[in-house]
Amino acid sequence: MRRFVPMLLAALAFMVAGCEKKTQPASSDTDTSKQAAQGQGGTATAPPTPEGTPPPPAASDTLLLGVATSLTGGQATFGVSTRNGIELALKEANEAGGVKGKKLTVRVYDNQGKPEEAAQAVTRLINQDRVILILGDVASSNSLAMAEKAQAAGVPMITPSSTNPTVTEKGDFIFRVCFIDPFQGFVMAKFGRENLKLSKVAVLQDNKSAYSIGLTDVFTRKFTEMGGKITGVESYSQGDTDYRAQLTAIKKAQPEAIYVPGYYSEVGVIARQARELGLKVPLLGGDGWDSEKLYELGGTAIQGSYFSNHYSPDNPDPRIQKFVSDYKAAYGGVPDALAALAYDAANVAIDALKKAPDTSGKAIRDAIAQTKGFPGIAGAITLDEKRNAVKPAVVLKVGDGKSEYVTTVNP
Amino acid sequence: MAQLLQHLINGLASGTIYALVALGYTMVYGVLKLINFAHGDVMMVGVYMGYATAFTLGRQEQKTFLGVVLIFLVAMGGCALLGFLIERFAYRPLREKPRLTSLITAIGISFTLSYGFQLDIGFLPGAAPRAFPEIIVPTEWLIIGDRDVVVWNWQVMSLLIAVGLMVGLQYLVFKTRFGRAMRAVSYDHRVAALMGIPTDRVIALTFMIGSALAAGAGLLYAIKDTSVSPLMGLYVGLKAFVAAVIGGIGHVPGAVVGALLLGLVEEFVVGYAASTWRDAVAFGILILVLLVKPGGLFGRVAAEKV
Repeated sequence: MRRFVPMLLAALAFMVAGCEKKTQPASSDTDTSKQAAQGQGGTATAPPTPEGTPPPPAASDTLLLGVATSLTGGQATFGVSTRNGIELALKEANEAGGVKGKKLTVRVYDNQGKPEEAAQAVTRLINQDRVILILGDVASSNSLAMAEKAQAAGVPMITPSSTNPTVTEKGDFIFRVCFIDPFQGFVMAKFGRENLKLSKVAVLQDNKSAYSIGLTDVFTRKFTEMGGKITGVESYSQGDTDYRAQLTAIKKAQPEAIYVPGYYSEVGVIARQARELGLKVPLLGGDGWDSEKLYELGGTAIQGSYFSNHYSPDNPDPRIQKFVSDYKAAYGGVPDALAALAYDAANVAIDALKKAPDTSGKAIRDAIAQTKGFPGIAGAITLDEKRNAVKPAVVLKVGDGKSEYVTTVNP
Repeated sequence: MAQLLQHLINGLASGTIYALVALGYTMVYGVLKLINFAHGDVMMVGVYMGYATAFTLGRQEQKTFLGVVLIFLVAMGGCALLGFLIERFAYRPLREKPRLTSLITAIGISFTLSYGFQLDIGFLPGAAPRAFPEIIVPTEWLIIGDRDVVVWNWQVMSLLIAVGLMVGLQYLVFKTRFGRAMRAVSYDHRVAALMGIPTDRVIALTFMIGSALAAGAGLLYAIKDTSVSPLMGLYVGLKAFVAAVIGGIGHVPGAVVGALLLGLVEEFVVGYAASTWRDAVAFGILILVLLVKPGGLFGRVAAEKV
C-alpha cells in the first residue's frame, strides 16, 4: 500500500502534464485551465515555453500583452468579466488588421484574488513571457501589488477598474481608465444627501480591502461636510458570512440607510441578514456590487438599494449597444461595468500601441499618457497628470435581476 | 436589553455551528493525534452535495420534511464516504511516518478541495459564491417587541440538532463498545491492535463520523448564512479549530464549550466594542487560554482522551 501514494502523485503529475500539452500548441495563450490548475499545487507551475527560453519579444509577428486577474477566489466574476472584455477588444483589433501589421495576443494568469499571487503573476509575465504591457486587476489590493512590480520593471500597466487612488501613485508607468474612490464616495454621499434626502447613515465596511476602506473614508467625510450624520462605522472581513452582530449594532442607531462599500459576494448576504433582523432601510454601495451574482445572493432583500457604477448597459448610445450585443454573442450574458472597463482599457492600450513609435516600455508609456477624449464604452477617457481618468459616474437602483439607471453624477 | 438578547441569540447560533465542526477536529485528533486541516473543506463539499440534492429535488418547490431529511442524509452520507477515502488513501499510508507528514498532507487535501472546487469543469461548481436554496423556509419563531428581538425557526432547529448530535456523540464515545475501542486506540493504537481491536476500522469509522458531522454542520451553516462558496470551509474550519483548541483538543464537551465561547465573544466584541477587533480578541483569548492552561480549558497536558 505504501507504493500507492507515489503512484497517485505520478498519476496526478501526468494529468497536469496532459493539461499543459493540450493547451500549448494552441498558443493563443488565453488558456486559463492551466492557471486554475496552478492553484492546486506548486507542481503545476511548469514554464509555458520549453527549455525555459523566453519568447523573443520583437522578432515574432505578434505583440504579447499580459493580464493578471482573479479567475478564482471570492471575486471570480470580476476576473472573468475582465478577461472577456479584454479578449473581445483584442479580437476586434486583430480582425481590423492588428497593430503595426502584427497580431495581438494575450496571456492571462489567475491571481486567485490574492495580492501575493498577483505580484507573482506579474513577475512571471514580465520576466518569462516578456509582455510589452500589463492589464489588470479589479481589486485595488491586487493592483497595488502588481503596480509595484510593473513600475520597477518599466513595463506600462493599465488597470481597468481599480479605483483606489494609491494604485497609480506607484509610479509613472501605471494608468487607469476608471474614476477613483474619492469620486465614487463623493457620488454616493451627494446622491444620498440630495436625491434621497438622507440625514443619518451607518457604514459597514470590509476592513480587509483597500477599496472598501477608501470609499468609507471619503463617504463619511463628504456626507458629514454636506450636513449629514454618520451613526457609526462597523467592519467585517472578506470571507465572513455572518454579519448579524454588526447589523444588530447598526439597527440600534436607527439609520435611514447603510453604506456598504463592499463586494457583491458579501453584500447580497448582508442584505438578507439585515432584512431578517428587521432593518428595512436601503443599502448604498459602489461598483464592487456590480455582478449578476448580486441578484442571486441578495434575492428580494437587495432590491431597492442603490450603487454607483461606471456605466449602464441600458444606455441607448449605439456604440454601447453594439458592445453589449457583441459581448452577449461571444459570452452570453449582459456585460457588467468590469467587462466594459476592461474593454476600454484594452482599447486604450491598442490605441497607444498604434501611436507609439516602437514597442519599448517608455514609448508605450508616453503614448498612453497622451490619451485624450478617447471614446470608451464607460465614458470618454482623458488621463490627467496623475494618470487617472476623469469621467462621470452613474447611480443604479437594484431591481429584480437587473439594475435600473437612476442618474448621472458629474465630477 | 433587547439588543443584548439579540446578540446572545446570534452568538449562540454561530457558536453551535462552530461546535459541530469543532467536534470533528477533536474526534480525529483524539484518535490519531492528527489535526485534520481538510475538515473544513470536507464540510464545504458536504454543503455542495446538499445544494445539488436540493436542486435535483426541484429548484423552486418548497421542500417537504422528507426532502430536508433526504438532503441531510445525502450530504452526510456522501461526506462519510469522502472522509473514508481521504483516510484510506491519504492518511493511512502515512500513519507510521512522522506526524508532520500527515499534517502537510492534510493541508494539501484542504487546498486540493477548496481550489479544485473553484474549477468550472464537469460537476465542479466554479469559484463564484452561490445562494443556498431555502430548504427550511425561514419563519419567525419568536418576536419580542417591535421586532426588537427575532428568533427564527432555523436557529432553534440548528440548536436542537447540534445538541442532539453532541449528546449522541458523547453516548457513542463513552457508552458503546465502539466508543471503548475508540478510546483504546486513542490511548495507544499499537497496544489496542495487540488486544485484537481492529484499529484500521475504528479509525476509518471515526473519520466517517467526523466528516458526516461536518456535513451536517455545513448544511446548518448554509441555511443560516444563505450562501455557499468553495472557500467557506477554510474560514469556518479555522474558527472551529481555534474553538477546539480553546476547549482542549481531543475533549468532546471542551470543543462545544470552546465553540460557544468563541461564537459569543465574537458577537459581543462586534456588538459592543469595535468590529475591527473581532478576530484580534478571538485569537487573543486563544493565546490567553494557552498561556494559563496549555492543554486548553478542559484538556490535560499528559493524559489524552477521545
